[in-house]
Amino acid sequence: MDEQRNHIISALVMHRPGVLQRVAGLFTRRGFNIDSITVGPSEQDGLARMTIISTGDERVLEQITKQLNKIIEVIKVRDLDAEGTVTRELCLIKTHATSERARSEIIQYANIFRGRIVDVGPENLTLEITGTPEKIDALIDLLKSYGIKEIARTGPTAISRGSKTI
Amino acid sequence: MKGSQAIIKSLTDEGVDVVFGYPGGVLLPLYDVIYDSDLKHILVRHEQCAAHAADGYARASGKVGVCIGTSGPGATNLVTGIATAYMDSAPIVALAGQVGTSMIGNDAFQEVDTIGMTMPISKHNYQAMGASEIPQMIRSSFYIARTGRPGPVVVDLPKDVQEGELDYPENITIDLPGYKPTKKGHPLQVKKASELILKSKKPVILAGGGIIHSESSKELQHLSELIGAPVTTTLMGKGCFPEDHPLALGMLGMHGRVASNMIVDECDCLIAVGCRFSDRTTGDVTKFAPNAKVIHIDVDPAEIGKNVAVDLPIVGDAKIILSHLVRVISQTKDQGPPDWVDYVKSFRASCMPRISFDDVPLKPQQVIKEISEAVTDDTILTTDVGQNQMWMAHYFTSMNPRKFLSSGGLGTMGFGFPSAMGAKVAMPDNDVVAVCGDGGFLMVCQDLATVKEYDIPVVVCVLDNRYLGMVAQWQKLFYDERISHTKLKAMPDFVKLAESFGVGAYRVERPGEMKETLQEALKSGEPSLIDVMIDPDEILPMVPPGCGITEIVGEYKVERENPNEIPYRPSAQETGGD
Repeated sequence: MDEQRNHIISALVMHRPGVLQRVAGLFTRRGFNIDSITVGPSEQDGLARMTIISTGDERVLEQITKQLNKIIEVIKVRDLDAEGTVTRELCLIKTHATSERARSEIIQYANIFRGRIVDVGPENLTLEITGTPEKIDALIDLLKSYGIKEIARTGPTAISRGSKTI
Repeated sequence: MKGSQAIIKSLTDEGVDVVFGYPGGVLLPLYDVIYDSDLKHILVRHEQCAAHAADGYARASGKVGVCIGTSGPGATNLVTGIATAYMDSAPIVALAGQVGTSMIGNDAFQEVDTIGMTMPISKHNYQAMGASEIPQMIRSSFYIARTGRPGPVVVDLPKDVQEGELDYPENITIDLPGYKPTKKGHPLQVKKASELILKSKKPVILAGGGIIHSESSKELQHLSELIGAPVTTTLMGKGCFPEDHPLALGMLGMHGRVASNMIVDECDCLIAVGCRFSDRTTGDVTKFAPNAKVIHIDVDPAEIGKNVAVDLPIVGDAKIILSHLVRVISQTKDQGPPDWVDYVKSFRASCMPRISFDDVPLKPQQVIKEISEAVTDDTILTTDVGQNQMWMAHYFTSMNPRKFLSSGGLGTMGFGFPSAMGAKVAMPDNDVVAVCGDGGFLMVCQDLATVKEYDIPVVVCVLDNRYLGMVAQWQKLFYDERISHTKLKAMPDFVKLAESFGVGAYRVERPGEMKETLQEALKSGEPSLIDVMIDPDEILPMVPPGCGITEIVGEYKVERENPNEIPYRPSAQETGGD
């Protein structure tokens, strides 16, 4: 009953300054965990969609949903079920790559992971990869041996499968 | 028109006729319009008092109270009062001045992030970035403040926005797609609740401040009498059920009545209405109402299941749901469980607290008793925070809603006096008495100037024990009597203090004097202060933090002939329980 698990919360909010602060502040104030939060415009003018990844038991999740709903600028909140949800994250990885061999191996890995090389320098390569957080973790693990100079991740964003919308 | 004129017009359109405020540099445009307006402005002497006065105004009248503070330190001073209103769901609108929009973020003179600062302590807040936003913003603020679960709304008004030009719209529509409070309870849940209640043998109602906000005292009484359920209240619910009613138990919780705590411990069905199960009400939640199915009725869905696990939730307005419940139950039932009602009555009688004492220095119980005798059912009582508050909650018999105002959730010292001021402004025909401690009153005593200037005839009773009594009580009970910094050594002579403001004052030291003096003060029709010298050693028995509500410590004085008799508690067989 008190099992901790990851939750993907999708929230439709007014696209206004301060809304992100309201949402993030709520998590801090009430001691809810926040693993990542992403936000961008939605399909409707004036509304943005937030994807919040959080950890907690069912009781905590219920409180998160209810407290979010109390925010006047929050229009809708849904806990997305992990099975029926498409989750994607974008990551940029800058690796150290001076030898020809390293460069070609990195490019191969990028292809296998359906990533792309987006910048090339004399001593580095920058890859772009999109996928589930697990897939990104896997690529980062592989690239560690070449020397990772910088990583920038967006945090996951999510949408439910099929015709269901929130 | 100008933004500042639009602010006043919006307030007037909302029916506001009085505001409590304190001007400042960035509020000059607004105050320049107030100068010519019909709006009554009461100049407080500290912004905290403006917010508490607006709060007292709101709690006493059910209308939205309005306070104004300038930017920076004015807004930070309002914060305590806004947070107080938030914790107790009091509808106020706080207008704060702000530096000009071009200066925001530059750490300009008297700039503070009012929006960021008040976000966690208000129901909602707005910052106007153009004069044209003002009419809709103020309209929405009032709507949000008074609907659903009431609460404070803050409007931040930059100076140039007050000076900007706008065309005041003819029609203002409220467009809040994310705000739709549920009023009507789900019929299926109501039906299930009625079945649960009908099955129960020992039902109890726990009534909170929500009963007062939703004006559902009558419906509460109907339900209680119909199903034979005694009623206990939270601090915020005090007065929502007449406390001389045979089914009234008094307040529940840490400082509650023994009868309430024991009966809730024993009940098999707890109907909680408009309360949020504060830790001060429940004690250790794992030991709270251990035998009961819990029905929770609240307009705020987030309160359900937050602190106490609920068997049956109903979201909606208490008035609508209670009358629906009464309707459904009346169709299927003729009477409540008589054994339970008789048991509750006899148990209650066995542990009524003793209130008559002829000691000098005065026992607070005796003081509260005399206050009760001096006032009528229509008198509005406010309290400060601490022992004075708990003595009032415990020993004062409150008969009507909106007549007992107290800072429950935030426990704000300094609330009692300014909230009385606000209540008197809202309800000039009712007598208003503030019961304060010496510590709390000293935090806001400068506003004696305000009651004098505007002739607001409240009576302030200072229960004077030269201690921060409640903290000292905890130190006595739980910290080996190490009275660390709670003895107030240097204190003013409160009689002289009041007189220096031109406010009439009295001192009370002996039994009988309190009643007489209070009656005289009320009759004078002028603001006055009564300095009541009380016994510094008197404490109120309580439940230690972290304990269940039946684990009461401290000597409990019971109103009965043999003081050594143990309070009567019948066994389960005697009551026909299982």
